[in-house]
Amino acid sequence: MLEIKNLHVKLEEEDKVILKGVDLKIGPGEVHAIMGPNGSGKSTLSYVLAGRDGYEVTEGSAMLEGQELLEMEPEERAAAGLFLAFQYPVEIPGVGNMTFLRTAVNAQRKARGEDEVSAAEFLKLVREKAKTLKIDAEMLKRPVNVGFSGGEKKRNEILQMAMLEPRMCILDETDSGLDVDAMKLVSDGVNALRDAGRSFLVITHYQRLLDHIKPDVVHIMAAGRIIKTGGPELALEVETNGYADILSEVG
Amino acid sequence: MALPKVKEDALTARLAALPALAGKGWLGAARAEAQGRLAAMGLPSRRDEYWRYTDPASLVAAEAVPAADFHPGDEAPAFDAIDRLKLVFVDGVFDPAQSDDLALAGVEIERLAQAGAADIHWAQGLYGVLEARGQTPVQRPLAALNSAHATDGLLIRVTGRAARPIALIYAHESKTSDAMLHHCVKVEAGAELTLLESGPGAARFTKVLEVEVAEGAQFHHIRVQGRDHERRAATHVFARLGARAEFRSFTLTANGRLTRNEAVLELAGPDARAHVAGAAVGDGDFHHDDTVFVTHAAAACESRQVFKKVLMNGATGVFQGKILVKPGAQKTDGYQISQSLLLDEDSQFLAKPELEIYADDVKCSHGSTSGAIDETALFYLQSRGVPRKAAQGLLVLAFLAEAIQEIADETIADDIRGRLEGWLARHASKGSA
Repeated sequence: MLEIKNLHVKLEEEDKVILKGVDLKIGPGEVHAIMGPNGSGKSTLSYVLAGRDGYEVTEGSAMLEGQELLEMEPEERAAAGLFLAFQYPVEIPGVGNMTFLRTAVNAQRKARGEDEVSAAEFLKLVREKAKTLKIDAEMLKRPVNVGFSGGEKKRNEILQMAMLEPRMCILDETDSGLDVDAMKLVSDGVNALRDAGRSFLVITHYQRLLDHIKPDVVHIMAAGRIIKTGGPELALEVETNGYADILSEVG
Repeated sequence: MALPKVKEDALTARLAALPALAGKGWLGAARAEAQGRLAAMGLPSRRDEYWRYTDPASLVAAEAVPAADFHPGDEAPAFDAIDRLKLVFVDGVFDPAQSDDLALAGVEIERLAQAGAADIHWAQGLYGVLEARGQTPVQRPLAALNSAHATDGLLIRVTGRAARPIALIYAHESKTSDAMLHHCVKVEAGAELTLLESGPGAARFTKVLEVEVAEGAQFHHIRVQGRDHERRAATHVFARLGARAEFRSFTLTANGRLTRNEAVLELAGPDARAHVAGAAVGDGDFHHDDTVFVTHAAAACESRQVFKKVLMNGATGVFQGKILVKPGAQKTDGYQISQSLLLDEDSQFLAKPELEIYADDVKCSHGSTSGAIDETALFYLQSRGVPRKAAQGLLVLAFLAEAIQEIADETIADDIRGRLEGWLARHASKGSA
């Protein structure tokens, strides 16, 4: 599904290198988690994959189902099946959540040469998916993320994911700012989307999210590289011992 | 007090280019009074406090600068889909052939040109009267010039609930037309009217609209100034509101080398509501000025000024807005916001918000901002698959939303949004953001 090779990234504005050779391969239907201390480059990786400005790729590649992501505009990456659930979902005053969702769904369909979804069909679909995420009609009407609580914003991200049906989902610290109940709701939403053709990359600081979204593979990232890869037990090890042991072990 | 020589000369030159008007009937008297006001003020110049940001030279010159013909392509004329009484002016002259009959249930409509000769007329209490009241504390000489020299316009008296909106359509056919129109609207107690205005008007267009909204009456005004880029226009709305009256005015301006829209609103009776809003979009050689003065003269009134401008490729936007709360106008709720979205570094927005308050139990707020498009929001939209240009369009419309919300009629609001989308699709910033 997603194959990242030797990815080197620096900040455009300053000479600061953030990613120093990331290699990562995620197969179809797999759930991978990336854990790591602050400043290790986890969020940068997600932004670079989604195509945010301000980063310069100096080396390496990132292929999504055989297509080079790094040469595409952000909207082309989305149409190709990539989705990033933001750590800090953006507020857009003046744009209704429903309009936003419909514009996005139809833009992607158009890019793929598919027909636009009708208003009635769309409404039915949104209501159905919103209900399972406990997103009410009021939240759909309000401007995108404006006045939403932290939990509402994250649920709204998952709703977008459910509507857009991407093949490769990146969740950037989706657990941050969530209480236990909200984390359960969000995780259930993610788990409902798991299937053999859809892969996930879950970026998190803490093991607790991984209790709900069970990963197949766990990577530890530090100083711009993936320094250790293992099974779910690796997350538990981090939870118990912190990152210090792994960092010193790798040297 | 004598005028400075330079102002005296400018006025003489301007008046020499205008035909002398017969002084018969009530209109003759009103014109003579307006002429007196004008003679005392002279025409505006860049040195006047409220003309510092906008050069009035081309508005006061003896001759209008010619403006090329404009064809809006496949864009449907504004308000075409709305069931309305259609009244057409060509280069500032009423055209009965293209217009509906001057008949509408609940409304009396007369042409100024025909009604002016009578000795007594209801419009006597309005024509030039609100304009004269609006000359203090800020002088508006172009409005006095209009009252003294306008030859056409409509006198509209609304006695009930108007069966349909009245749509005034201003067509521009002659390259050198210099039009002056003066309308008076009197909405009697409890009556209601929606007035629609559209079109470029003329190469140079000077317009005055005086509106009296009596007790419990409603007046809704929606204006689309047309995409004609060459035109120059100075428009004025003077309104006076009685108790519990409602006044709402929205203006869409797209293009126009020079547009100055003045609104002078007086809340004269308690619990009245006046909302004035504008959305302006300009590309390149575009100068758009909103100058607004709202006076709270009675208690418990509400006023809102919402002005948004989208500027690119060297366009200039101006906002001068004032809220004056007179002694005794307690429980006033005044709000004013002026914002610009600058799509490049070549464009500019000049704002002068003012509050003057002589009552101690009031709620007044004002704000003014200038900013670029939010790159984070742009990326967020793109990451969901919305192409950059479409995402920009969505954010620009979102920026304008607060002004468009002031349009009560959803069909019209949708039409305005459609026009803006069309405009945004046709224009793009060439500079760096």
